[in-house]
Amino acid sequence: MRGSHDLGGLKGLGPISPEHESCEPVFHADWEKQVFALTMAVGFLGQWTLDESRHARERQTPEDYLRHSYYENWLVGLQTLLLEKGIVSEQELNTGNPDCDSPASDLSALQAKDVGEILLRGGPVEMATEKIPKFVPGDRVRVRHEVTPGHTRVPAYVRGRVGSIERHHGAHVFADRNALGHREGKHLYSIRFASREIWGEDTKPGEAFSVRVDLWEPHLEVL
Amino acid sequence: MSDDHHSHDHTELPSDLELKVKALESLLVEKGLVSEETLDTLIETYEHKVGPRNGAQVVAKAWAQPDFREWLLKDANAAIASLGFTGRQGEHMRVVENTTKVHNLVVCTLCSCYPWPVLGLPPVWYKSAPYRARAVSDPRGVLAEFGTHLDDGVEIQVWDSTAEMRYLVLPQQPAGTEGWPEDKLAEIVTRNSMIGVEEVCIDNDDNDEEAAS
Repeated sequence: MRGSHDLGGLKGLGPISPEHESCEPVFHADWEKQVFALTMAVGFLGQWTLDESRHARERQTPEDYLRHSYYENWLVGLQTLLLEKGIVSEQELNTGNPDCDSPASDLSALQAKDVGEILLRGGPVEMATEKIPKFVPGDRVRVRHEVTPGHTRVPAYVRGRVGSIERHHGAHVFADRNALGHREGKHLYSIRFASREIWGEDTKPGEAFSVRVDLWEPHLEVL
Repeated sequence: MSDDHHSHDHTELPSDLELKVKALESLLVEKGLVSEETLDTLIETYEHKVGPRNGAQVVAKAWAQPDFREWLLKDANAAIASLGFTGRQGEHMRVVENTTKVHNLVVCTLCSCYPWPVLGLPPVWYKSAPYRARAVSDPRGVLAEFGTHLDDGVEIQVWDSTAEMRYLVLPQQPAGTEGWPEDKLAEIVTRNSMIGVEEVCIDNDDNDEEAAS
């Protein structure tokens, strides 16, 4: 299974056509600013995790995901979660007005004066664990073929591929479970893959490169 | 992939999308879930306060001070925090150094993971499908599209930000800028060089000025 968002190695998407750095605005329309700020502000209500919000964007069909611009995908994700968590109703979304009979929410909005501090604090994901890391730098590992149903952070292009552990980052919140609202720490590693291991003969001689991917222990098997 | 298909109809009428977003905002404000002042503060923060000038200061300091460079490569979180650039989407930082032998390139093939406290919000191209698809399969072609051509034998290392680790590239200091003050060094550091799609260059005027002084 490969999600709509899992784009590494996909062909035929055309040129990147970057705007020039010196004249690129942060946002390209007012609605983009609003979607960004709404997503952040509603996110701070604490009703879902960052991985749940990623998954809500990824669950679209590939056609929709690729057709939409970036902030349209954010908007879809936000609307999806607001509905699924019962924070707004379908009718409210359609009309833009609160239902007459909707109960008062017990959630309290993030105040402007607290924004600076909450952003500076961020959301560290390092966790304590008593489990000893299974791998050490230099170990060769294979990425498991079978992936978590639902949200996973294993890109399709490394599944089944062999790489070497380069660094142990410590135990971090395991994204695949965090997307279901479970906060569990698993050892996270930086793994180096040679381009030939991933793309085979597609890599021209003399143009070899390497790719580092961060994966959690449950994604890996001993060789 | 872009928003071209929405609003280029040359009328002043708001698009469906604009109306939909406005309606959502007013609904959430009315339900007491967000405050308009908070939304403005969030936008103001990422539009004007947090951006790649922060990262440029980090790079300039690393170029000017060998001790800081060593610290940055060993413990990026602490070194960057010493300049005050901490927080959301920069909780777990790692800095990777370009040398004459190695060139680093950062991508998020799954979405748009990016080190906000030092670079701000990612540019459109970084979030685009073609970049995400090709950075890990054809990095030389990607670099060429940015006008970057590396010497033969330089090893490209691509970093796919699949977890909450966030990567910042420490570009090579251009020849002729040794001894420049940090603020002047910071001016030549581009955002794209800290993602790894470009190298830092100086134009000849800068060089002449320095040579003459």
